[in-house]
Amino acid sequence: MDMSFSPQDQAFRAEVRQFLQDRLPQRLSEKVRLFQELTKAEIEEWHAILNEKGWLAGNWPRDFGGAGWTAIQRHIFEEESALAHAPRILPFGIAMLGPVLQKFGSKEQQDRFLPRILNGQDWWCQGYSEPGAGSDLASVKTTAVRDGDHYVVNGQKTWTTLGQHANWIFCLVRTDPTAKAQEGISFLLVDLTSPGITVRPIVLLDGNPEVNEVFFDDVRVPAENLVGEENKGWTYAKYLLTHERTNIAGVGFATAGLAALKRIARGQMSGGKPLSQNPLFAAQVARVEIDLMAMATTNLRLLAQAAAGQVPGAESSMLKLKGTQIRQAINDLTRRAVGPWALAFPSEGLEGANDDLPPGPPEAAGATRAYLNNRKLSIYGGSNEIQRGIIAKSLLGL
Amino acid sequence: MDFGFTEEQTMLGDSLARTLERSTDAAALFELGAGAALMTEDAGGFGGTGPDILMVFRTLGRAGTVTPLLNSVVLGAGILSAAGERDLAEAAAGGEARIAVALDEPGQRYEGTIATTATDGRLTGEKSMVQGAEDATHLIVRATDGLYLVKAGAEGLSLRSYALMDGGRAAEVSLKDVSARRIGDADLLDRPLAAAILALCADALGVMEKAVDLTTDYLKTRKQFGRPIGSFQAIQHRMADLLTEVEQARSAVWNLAGNLDGPDRDRHVAATKSLVGLTARLVAEETIQLHGGIGMTEEYELAPMARRLLAADARFGDSDHHLERFIAVCAA
Repeated sequence: MDMSFSPQDQAFRAEVRQFLQDRLPQRLSEKVRLFQELTKAEIEEWHAILNEKGWLAGNWPRDFGGAGWTAIQRHIFEEESALAHAPRILPFGIAMLGPVLQKFGSKEQQDRFLPRILNGQDWWCQGYSEPGAGSDLASVKTTAVRDGDHYVVNGQKTWTTLGQHANWIFCLVRTDPTAKAQEGISFLLVDLTSPGITVRPIVLLDGNPEVNEVFFDDVRVPAENLVGEENKGWTYAKYLLTHERTNIAGVGFATAGLAALKRIARGQMSGGKPLSQNPLFAAQVARVEIDLMAMATTNLRLLAQAAAGQVPGAESSMLKLKGTQIRQAINDLTRRAVGPWALAFPSEGLEGANDDLPPGPPEAAGATRAYLNNRKLSIYGGSNEIQRGIIAKSLLGL
Repeated sequence: MDFGFTEEQTMLGDSLARTLERSTDAAALFELGAGAALMTEDAGGFGGTGPDILMVFRTLGRAGTVTPLLNSVVLGAGILSAAGERDLAEAAAGGEARIAVALDEPGQRYEGTIATTATDGRLTGEKSMVQGAEDATHLIVRATDGLYLVKAGAEGLSLRSYALMDGGRAAEVSLKDVSARRIGDADLLDRPLAAAILALCADALGVMEKAVDLTTDYLKTRKQFGRPIGSFQAIQHRMADLLTEVEQARSAVWNLAGNLDGPDRDRHVAATKSLVGLTARLVAEETIQLHGGIGMTEEYELAPMARRLLAADARFGDSDHHLERFIAVCAA
């Protein structure tokens, strides 16, 4: 057993750290640190900086313009990025659609779409969930009916993250209404500027219009935008979800969040001493840190297995479950660490609220927003109840 | 042994609930006598006991109404009444005057450390999270040597106000050589603060009951995999645990209501606020999770309930703070 990173990986970590120090604008990292919403332009700015370096798509093979990193290198990059408070790379084009097109897309689709993901010309969003198809994704009802060399799409998608900024959406649509649930689904690429599409933002309980509803009313989509074969979309969707889950543990986010929590606790008073020295509070922080240390190793053990060619089973569901529990625990402790400051809620998105300067240290307002927003972690990407079902099924097989 | 309410208390709760269905206007509540119901007969009211406070605030919590009753009446009029300021106390209970109570100072978390000083009847200092300050006609300010009354708009008084998570508003208050009148010692705060904590916990109980009702309806109607999600045993067990915890919170609120004017008040304040704070957080988190995505949205009615529950824990000391208080009170 040797649990240390190889000399090459250590050198890679140093290179990433240096790059972030040199090229990550402080203006952006400060907003990320304080959990402030980044604008579209700011997200695009960071993508462009990474793309210039060739590091935007660490998971893509070099042939497609990616960095061709190993799973360990990607983990190192994600961890260092989180610790430096770098904006997260939008997953929709890079982590989700890219691998699907590379494996199942036509040469024309690869040539047309992949470069535009890298150079920022296209902003993709995900058209999976529907009002009646959340955890039960296979029950999607949005239809695509073939009409000559087009599909005509009707229906509604929801929880479309950052869809308000997007110009393209990849959708699961029902092309065979007579087939069994999973078998009549296709994977279709839709230009959001097409006539008949309406995007409506949904404000979340933190005041942020982060997700959207997308309505399709007789939207004509060229048949060439079908990925792979008709009615085989479920296979591609599942492939995409396994890629969505590669960073599902969020070790980097948790590590950065824990460091921020400790810093805040040192600056807050309790019983005449810093809160970090309060035994009751310190014990709760320690409990999370111990959990995180173990989970980080679970994550690395799985990465090492993947590097050795093994396909992960229920372990990735365990990582999603434990990873989100740890991050939510850190959010909860951070919000409680700032005590009464957490009561302030100057959210512009909500009725009756305004843009008053919140009281207290700048971390305080961010603590409440982060806590509220990250309740989504245990809901999205396959809710934690779905993950528990997968874990139990792998064991019991019932 | 009787855990029920008097006929008058039940009638008040019913008429308050009916009024809140029509109007959330504070004037309508004062007209109904909701303020006077929170004051004892000695103080010119017709209630003011633990069960009265429980009935009024649980009803307000269920309705989700934001009112000045906790800040201006239970706390404000309660302190004024204890200080013998009967006229202003009655005006506050009747809604003609509005009182904001300025106790905490910036950066002190739940410490209660006071640096605001009085010199020749003039106050200088900084107060934090003063709820209802911008609508107040008077402020009660805690200084190092006791409690002072300040008129709104007094020279040297400045407010910076902002929205709160529970729908109310508060302000950072700065006092620079502000004219004030001393009304008594800080120990006048004991009963009004305990009553305010009861009010906050009863309000949270009402919100929890409502959030559980909403979730129950959702679990019965929302279908995934061809059946109501409430038919999945994993969901049923979570809901069963949640209901059991809310039942505990209900009894904790009853405990404080029944002991508000007894010899064991401090122990019950700490026990109830600690337990209710924990349960409030649990209910906020679990009801969101059991709803899934819809529970995260502002347009669904759960969002303001969840924020109100989190706010209940964060005010007057959170569950950890009161756990430590409980240990200290029991050791004393």
